This record gives sequence, C-alpha cells and structure tokens, in this order.
Amino acid sequence: MPRYRSPAMRRYVIRLAVLMTAYVVLLFGSIRLFQQSHPTGVAAYALAVAPALPIIGVFWTVMRLLVEEQDEFVRMLLVRQSLIATGFCLTIVTVWEFLQNFELVPPGNGGFGAAFFWFMGLGVGALYNKLTVGSSGGC
Amino acid sequence: MKNRLKVLRAERDWSQQDLADRLQVSRQSVNAIETGKYDPSLPLAFKIAELFALAIEEIFASPTKD
Repeated sequence: MPRYRSPAMRRYVIRLAVLMTAYVVLLFGSIRLFQQSHPTGVAAYALAVAPALPIIGVFWTVMRLLVEEQDEFVRMLLVRQSLIATGFCLTIVTVWEFLQNFELVPPGNGGFGAAFFWFMGLGVGALYNKLTVGSSGGC
Repeated sequence: MKNRLKVLRAERDWSQQDLADRLQVSRQSVNAIETGKYDPSLPLAFKIAELFALAIEEIFASPTKD
C-alpha cells in the first residue's frame, strides 16, 4: 500500500535530507578543526555551536510540517507524535539530571543530548499512533 | 463517531482511495473516519455531506443519541 505523501510531507523530507547532510558535514568539520587547529575564543564557540544549527533546523522543519500539512487527520497524528516526543524527551532528561544531582550517574551525557531523545520520542509517538489509531503519521 | 461512510462509498463502488481523492484527503483519513477512530472537523464533515448530497446527520450519528 503506498504511503501517503502530501506536498508538505515531500518538502519535509527534502528539508530533512538537506539538514542531516549539513549536520554530518558540520559535525565532522568541527571535530577535525578542533583537533587540528585548537581554536580559542569566539571561533571555538562558533565552531562548537555549528553542528547544533542543523539540529535546530530539524525542529523548525517538523514545526513547518505541522503548519503546512493540509490533511487534518495526518496533522493530528503529527501533533500527537510531537507531543509524545516532547514528553518522552523531558522525562528522560529530567530523570537523568536528578540521577546526576545525587551523583548516582557520571556527569555529562555521553553525546546523547535532549535532541537525541526527542527524535527517539518521535519514534515512540509513531508507534503509539500505530497502536491506537492504526496509522503512524509519517514524521 | 458512528457513520454510514462505508455503506455510501460501497453504493457508489468507490474505493477508500477514490473517496480520499474526491475529498482531497489521505486514504488514511477516510479509513480512520470510516472506522470511527477519527471524527472529522466540521468543514470536512460538510465536504463529505456535500459530496454525497446528504445532510451531515444522515451520514454521521449524533454521539448524544444512542
């Protein structure tokens, strides 16, 4: 059965592909430059923040999908998926922070930040939609 | 919400995709409405009613009545 692909969904997929490509380039570029040039001051901050920009772009592109999607049922699924992702992410991060506050787990997050858990939450949201409404949405 | 969408569609020998195309929505939407898993908005309910040339209450059963 062909999966529903609205114009908004197609734009979302293209934006996501561009942003993920930019993320990989900026992440490996920043790592390489930090190792080779040991930047300091403003340059170091700019380089450290650079890989976060495409991730912020992904948040924007998900929100644009919610605005641009014309099919009300699919939009409802996407909203549910995003809310579940937000709740999932906040729950994990909050619990982890309290575990850190009581020094039960080491500081840092091993590279798995809030964005990672939000994207994982999108998967949980899609599964929840599939189980409760019989359709996963598409985000 | 209970509705007669499946029957009305069958009477016209339309598939879910045919109806979805006529309503300019996804097939998933038609399926979810037919199975009562999703209640359409008022504009979409009017669109469905106009497509079948019926009143909304002739397609959708009021949730406040049995």
